[in-house]
Amino acid sequence: MKEAVLVVTAVILSLAAAGAIVRIAIGPSLLDRVLASDVLLAILGAALAVDMAMNRHLNNLMLLVAIAVIGFIGSVTFARFVADRRGESNDS
Amino acid sequence: MTPDATGLDMVIDVTTAVFLVVGALMSLGAAVGLLRFPDLMSRMHAATKPQVLGLFLMLAAIGLQMRTWWVWPILVVAWIFQLLTAPVSAHMVGRSAYRTKHGHREKLTKDELEAVVQRAAAGQEPGPDR
Repeated sequence: MKEAVLVVTAVILSLAAAGAIVRIAIGPSLLDRVLASDVLLAILGAALAVDMAMNRHLNNLMLLVAIAVIGFIGSVTFARFVADRRGESNDS
Repeated sequence: MTPDATGLDMVIDVTTAVFLVVGALMSLGAAVGLLRFPDLMSRMHAATKPQVLGLFLMLAAIGLQMRTWWVWPILVVAWIFQLLTAPVSAHMVGRSAYRTKHGHREKLTKDELEAVVQRAAAGQEPGPDR
Protein backbone atom coordinates (compact mmCIF):
# COMPACT_ATOMS: atom_id res chain seq x y z
CA MET A 1 0.00 0.00 0.00
CA LYS A 2 2.94 2.32 0.65
CA GLU A 3 4.06 2.23 -2.96
CA ALA A 4 0.52 2.81 -4.22
CA VAL A 5 0.05 5.88 -2.01
CA LEU A 6 3.44 7.23 -3.04
CA VAL A 7 2.67 6.81 -6.73
CA VAL A 8 -0.80 8.35 -6.46
CA THR A 9 0.38 11.37 -4.48
CA ALA A 10 3.40 11.82 -6.77
CA VAL A 11 1.21 11.83 -9.88
CA ILE A 12 -1.33 14.22 -8.35
CA LEU A 13 1.32 16.62 -7.05
CA SER A 14 3.18 16.55 -10.37
CA LEU A 15 0.00 17.47 -12.25
CA ALA A 16 -0.70 20.24 -9.76
CA ALA A 17 2.84 21.60 -10.06
CA ALA A 18 2.55 21.51 -13.85
CA GLY A 19 -0.69 23.50 -13.68
CA ALA A 20 0.86 26.09 -11.39
CA ILE A 21 3.91 26.40 -13.65
CA VAL A 22 1.66 26.87 -16.68
CA ARG A 23 -0.13 29.67 -14.84
CA ILE A 24 3.23 31.24 -13.97
CA ALA A 25 4.19 31.09 -17.63
CA ILE A 26 0.99 32.44 -19.18
CA GLY A 27 -0.42 34.40 -16.24
CA PRO A 28 -1.35 37.74 -17.77
CA SER A 29 -0.27 39.95 -14.90
CA LEU A 30 2.39 40.02 -12.22
CA LEU A 31 -0.02 39.23 -9.39
CA ASP A 32 -1.23 36.10 -11.17
CA ARG A 33 2.35 34.89 -11.28
CA VAL A 34 2.90 35.74 -7.62
CA LEU A 35 -0.22 33.79 -6.66
CA ALA A 36 0.77 30.81 -8.81
CA SER A 37 4.28 30.70 -7.35
CA ASP A 38 2.72 30.77 -3.90
CA VAL A 39 0.68 27.71 -4.88
CA LEU A 40 3.82 26.09 -6.25
CA LEU A 41 5.50 26.59 -2.87
CA ALA A 42 2.49 25.00 -1.16
CA ILE A 43 2.73 22.01 -3.51
CA LEU A 44 6.44 21.68 -2.72
CA GLY A 45 5.62 21.71 0.98
CA ALA A 46 3.01 19.02 0.40
CA ALA A 47 5.62 16.86 -1.32
CA LEU A 48 7.98 17.31 1.61
CA ALA A 49 5.19 16.35 4.00
CA VAL A 50 4.41 13.20 1.98
CA ASP A 51 8.07 12.21 2.19
CA MET A 52 8.11 12.79 5.95
CA ALA A 53 4.90 10.84 6.55
CA MET A 54 5.93 7.92 4.36
CA ASN A 55 9.46 7.51 5.67
CA ARG A 56 8.71 8.49 9.26
CA HIS A 57 11.20 11.23 9.84
CA LEU A 58 10.95 14.92 10.72
CA ASN A 59 13.98 16.25 8.90
CA ASN A 60 11.98 18.51 6.60
CA LEU A 61 9.71 20.09 9.19
CA MET A 62 11.79 23.24 9.61
CA LEU A 63 12.07 23.45 5.83
CA LEU A 64 8.28 23.30 5.63
CA VAL A 65 7.96 26.26 8.02
CA ALA A 66 10.70 28.11 6.13
CA ILE A 67 8.81 27.62 2.87
CA ALA A 68 5.71 29.12 4.49
CA VAL A 69 7.76 32.13 5.63
CA ILE A 70 9.27 32.59 2.17
CA GLY A 71 5.86 32.43 0.49
CA PHE A 72 4.42 34.95 2.93
CA ILE A 73 7.26 37.44 2.61
CA GLY A 74 7.36 37.07 -1.15
CA SER A 75 3.64 37.65 -1.60
CA VAL A 76 3.55 40.69 0.68
CA THR A 77 6.64 42.22 -0.92
CA PHE A 78 5.30 41.77 -4.43
CA ALA A 79 1.91 43.14 -3.41
CA ARG A 80 3.54 46.30 -2.06
CA PHE A 81 5.71 46.59 -5.16
CA VAL A 82 2.67 46.42 -7.44
CA ALA A 83 0.67 48.80 -5.26
CA ASP A 84 3.39 51.44 -5.46
CA ARG A 85 3.22 51.54 -9.25
CA ARG A 86 -0.52 51.89 -9.65
CA GLY A 87 -1.67 54.27 -12.30
CA GLU A 88 1.22 53.65 -14.65
CA SER A 89 0.16 50.43 -16.38
CA ASN A 90 -3.18 48.80 -15.84
CA ASP A 91 -3.01 45.60 -17.84
CA SER A 92 -5.00 42.73 -16.48
CA MET B 1 3.94 2.69 6.70
CA THR B 2 4.07 -0.57 8.59
CA PRO B 3 4.55 -3.65 6.42
CA ASP B 4 2.04 -6.43 7.09
CA ALA B 5 -0.07 -4.12 9.18
CA THR B 6 -2.98 -5.53 11.14
CA GLY B 7 -5.52 -4.11 13.57
CA LEU B 8 -4.89 -0.59 14.76
CA ASP B 9 -1.83 -0.20 12.56
CA MET B 10 -3.98 -0.97 9.55
CA VAL B 11 -6.54 1.66 10.59
CA ILE B 12 -3.83 4.28 11.09
CA ASP B 13 -2.20 3.45 7.78
CA VAL B 14 -5.47 3.66 5.86
CA THR B 15 -6.29 6.98 7.54
CA THR B 16 -2.83 8.28 6.65
CA ALA B 17 -3.24 7.19 3.03
CA VAL B 18 -6.61 8.91 2.76
CA PHE B 19 -5.24 12.10 4.31
CA LEU B 20 -2.26 12.16 1.97
CA VAL B 21 -4.29 11.55 -1.16
CA VAL B 22 -6.96 14.12 -0.24
CA GLY B 23 -4.26 16.63 0.67
CA ALA B 24 -2.64 16.08 -2.71
CA LEU B 25 -6.04 16.51 -4.36
CA MET B 26 -6.28 19.93 -2.67
CA SER B 27 -3.11 20.93 -4.52
CA LEU B 28 -4.55 19.62 -7.77
CA GLY B 29 -7.75 21.56 -7.13
CA ALA B 30 -5.73 24.72 -6.62
CA ALA B 31 -3.91 24.15 -9.89
CA VAL B 32 -7.17 23.52 -11.78
CA GLY B 33 -8.66 26.64 -10.21
CA LEU B 34 -5.61 28.68 -11.19
CA LEU B 35 -5.94 27.53 -14.77
CA ARG B 36 -9.69 27.79 -15.23
CA PHE B 37 -10.90 30.72 -13.14
CA PRO B 38 -11.27 33.96 -15.07
CA ASP B 39 -9.64 36.62 -12.93
CA LEU B 40 -7.28 37.14 -10.01
CA MET B 41 -9.86 37.38 -7.25
CA SER B 42 -11.40 33.99 -8.01
CA ARG B 43 -7.95 32.45 -8.46
CA MET B 44 -7.05 33.64 -4.98
CA HIS B 45 -10.03 31.66 -3.71
CA ALA B 46 -8.66 28.47 -5.22
CA ALA B 47 -5.07 29.13 -4.19
CA THR B 48 -5.78 28.94 -0.45
CA LYS B 49 -6.92 25.30 -0.49
CA PRO B 50 -3.51 23.59 -0.33
CA GLN B 51 -2.21 26.24 2.05
CA VAL B 52 -4.76 25.58 4.79
CA LEU B 53 -6.72 22.34 4.42
CA GLY B 54 -4.07 20.58 2.36
CA LEU B 55 -1.35 21.44 4.86
CA PHE B 56 -3.59 20.35 7.72
CA LEU B 57 -4.20 16.94 6.14
CA MET B 58 -0.50 16.45 5.38
CA LEU B 59 0.59 17.40 8.90
CA ALA B 60 -2.07 15.13 10.40
CA ALA B 61 -0.71 12.28 8.29
CA ILE B 62 2.79 12.96 9.62
CA GLY B 63 1.49 13.00 13.18
CA LEU B 64 -0.36 9.73 12.65
CA GLN B 65 2.68 8.01 11.20
CA MET B 66 5.16 9.19 13.83
CA ARG B 67 3.17 7.39 16.58
CA THR B 68 4.35 9.81 19.28
CA TRP B 69 2.64 12.58 21.17
CA TRP B 70 5.40 15.14 21.38
CA VAL B 71 5.31 15.75 17.63
CA TRP B 72 1.73 17.07 17.63
CA PRO B 73 2.48 20.48 19.25
CA ILE B 74 5.17 21.12 16.63
CA LEU B 75 2.76 20.27 13.83
CA VAL B 76 0.04 22.46 15.36
CA VAL B 77 2.47 25.37 15.58
CA ALA B 78 3.45 24.93 11.94
CA TRP B 79 -0.20 24.86 10.90
CA ILE B 80 -1.19 27.86 13.02
CA PHE B 81 1.70 29.82 11.54
CA GLN B 82 0.33 29.11 8.07
CA LEU B 83 -3.18 30.05 9.27
CA LEU B 84 -1.87 33.42 10.50
CA THR B 85 0.16 34.31 7.43
CA ALA B 86 -2.18 33.16 4.65
CA PRO B 87 -4.93 35.79 5.31
CA VAL B 88 -2.36 38.57 5.57
CA SER B 89 -0.73 37.82 2.25
CA ALA B 90 -4.13 37.26 0.63
CA HIS B 91 -5.25 40.66 1.97
CA MET B 92 -2.18 42.37 0.57
CA VAL B 93 -2.48 40.70 -2.83
CA GLY B 94 -6.21 41.41 -3.04
CA ARG B 95 -5.73 45.03 -1.99
CA SER B 96 -3.10 45.72 -4.59
CA ALA B 97 -5.14 43.78 -7.16
CA TYR B 98 -8.10 46.07 -6.50
CA ARG B 99 -6.00 49.20 -6.54
CA THR B 100 -4.26 48.29 -9.78
CA LYS B 101 -7.63 47.43 -11.37
CA HIS B 102 -6.97 43.77 -11.95
CA GLY B 103 -9.82 41.51 -12.78
CA HIS B 104 -13.16 42.14 -14.37
CA ARG B 105 -14.94 44.74 -12.33
CA GLU B 106 -18.18 44.28 -14.26
CA LYS B 107 -18.44 40.69 -13.01
CA LEU B 108 -18.72 41.78 -9.39
CA THR B 109 -22.24 41.62 -8.02
CA LYS B 110 -21.46 44.16 -5.31
CA ASP B 111 -18.54 46.53 -4.90
CA GLU B 112 -18.57 48.09 -1.46
CA LEU B 113 -14.97 49.18 -1.58
CA GLU B 114 -15.26 51.58 -4.49
CA ALA B 115 -17.11 54.28 -2.55
CA VAL B 116 -14.54 54.15 0.23
CA VAL B 117 -11.63 54.36 -2.19
CA GLN B 118 -13.16 57.29 -4.06
CA ARG B 119 -13.90 59.12 -0.81
CA ALA B 120 -10.34 58.59 0.35
CA ALA B 121 -8.95 59.64 -3.03
CA ALA B 122 -11.05 62.83 -2.99
CA GLY B 123 -9.53 63.70 0.36
CA GLN B 124 -12.83 64.63 1.95
CA GLU B 125 -11.98 62.60 5.00
CA PRO B 126 -9.03 60.46 5.97
CA GLY B 127 -10.66 57.19 4.99
CA PRO B 128 -9.17 53.88 5.90
CA ASP B 129 -6.18 53.05 3.75
CA ARG B 130 -7.49 49.88 2.21
